[in-house]
Amino acid sequence: MSRELEIVLNSIWPVLKAGLAVTIPLSLISFAIALVIAVITALVKLSNFKILKLIFSTYVWIFRGTPLLVQLFLVFYGLPKAGVTLDPWTAAIITFSLNTGAYASESIRASILSIPKGQWEAAESLGMTYWQVLRRVIAPQTVRISLPPVTNDFIDLVKGTSLAASITIAEMFMIGQQIVAFTYEPLAIYALVAVIYLMFVSILTFIQGRLEKVASKYI
Amino acid sequence: MNKSFSNHHALKDINIQFNKGETTVILGPSGSGKSTLLRCINLLEIPQTGTLEIDSFKIDFTQKLSQKDKLLIRQNTAMVFQSFNLFPHMTVLENVIEGPITVLKKDKSSMIHIGEQLLEKVGLLHKKDSYPSQLSGGQQQRVAIARALAMEPKFLLFDEPTSALDPELEGEVLKVLKALAEEQKSMIIVTHNLNFARVAADRILFLENGEILFDGRTDEFFNNTENERIISFIQSMQFI
Ligand SMILES: Nc1ncnc2c1ncn2[C@@H]1O[C@H](COP(=O)(O)OP(=O)(O)OP(=O)(O)O)[C@@H](O)[C@H]1O
Ligand SMILES: [Mg+2]
Repeated sequence: MSRELEIVLNSIWPVLKAGLAVTIPLSLISFAIALVIAVITALVKLSNFKILKLIFSTYVWIFRGTPLLVQLFLVFYGLPKAGVTLDPWTAAIITFSLNTGAYASESIRASILSIPKGQWEAAESLGMTYWQVLRRVIAPQTVRISLPPVTNDFIDLVKGTSLAASITIAEMFMIGQQIVAFTYEPLAIYALVAVIYLMFVSILTFIQGRLEKVASKYI
Repeated sequence: MNKSFSNHHALKDINIQFNKGETTVILGPSGSGKSTLLRCINLLEIPQTGTLEIDSFKIDFTQKLSQKDKLLIRQNTAMVFQSFNLFPHMTVLENVIEGPITVLKKDKSSMIHIGEQLLEKVGLLHKKDSYPSQLSGGQQQRVAIARALAMEPKFLLFDEPTSALDPELEGEVLKVLKALAEEQKSMIIVTHNLNFARVAADRILFLENGEILFDGRTDEFFNNTENERIISFIQSMQFI
């Protein structure tokens, strides 16, 4: 067996283990929080609360307008200067959820806006309150419409977690770097890392397809 | 009531009383304010001044409208739209019982029974488990009518209910409306279909530029020989 192949085979498990133990939980936790942030942000931006709107718009503006890597550094290395010291996981989850929340809020807001005005009017004319309209009429349709763009945001997040390596989290990319450091096989090892990311994202895409089918049964 | 949009005075001091059990058809040229009038009754638009009274319940538009009053008026005035606006993610039956269950907190199993009866009435019981996307326009509009009826409103409002339909499909919807008129349901219908107005309406309102030019019995309207504006409107409509 060639040397490269042997190194790659021996590296599969360490890299995959980092994926299962770090990349996936980090992505899932951050995404769950991001979704909550995104829904609240989208609703506030569609509301008439001027001051709240300004606050949430500023948040989206900042997090979409600055690089994720810079955000991670600011939170992890910068905040301690302001007296806020966070452990790497906390810093990563906060940064990733705020970043993905900003993007996903726009995906969700656009989906809500794409629902015809007649849906609101029909629901309101039945005497539904704002919350009833949202819950019974708008939310179910928003889920379907926002599935593709929100999955996109999720995929970006999964790949973005590779940046957590820079704040000392031993996720897949960092493990790959460590293996390269003593095997000197950057081509093979980084290709392996890429393939495992691709595998994770493919699973997500597959789940998206399934969910879309379920959510679109009425089309 | 008075309603203005930015710089357009859409309803000018409109003052009308609609009677229970009566079918009123609102006619008038495009932009005359017919839709606006219906939407003000359902509070999808809020007039700037005036009052709205249903039975002994009265609201004054110069005061701040409470959410409770708004919902109460809406529950009593069900609207059927030109574009149907059925909820696409609900089946036909779910569409019909959604209002009573969510808004009126009616019991679901008894509403299913009532919903099925209403669907039977509009000839669509066999479609109760279909989704709106699987129905023709005429069928969708009949479901929308059943949805409005399910609220047991005091008034049914229709804004050009057949304008989005082909002539063949228009007939099936008009038949349902005619049956409702014969049942003495209280209805206010905006339409461009003069033949329908002639046979189904008890009363005609003719609107132009946000004002009521005619308010009277249907035969008076069609036999009118004095008002030039109405005569030319009827003639222009008959050439379409
Ligand atoms: N949301 C709105 N904003 C601004 N102007 C409006 C709005 N809705 C209606 N208008 C204006 O008010 C006037 C009356 O409109 P309305 O829709 O009530 O007419 P209509 O009689 O229903 O006409 P049509 O037969 O074409 O449906 C029109 O001049 C219209 O441009
Ligand atoms: Mg109109």
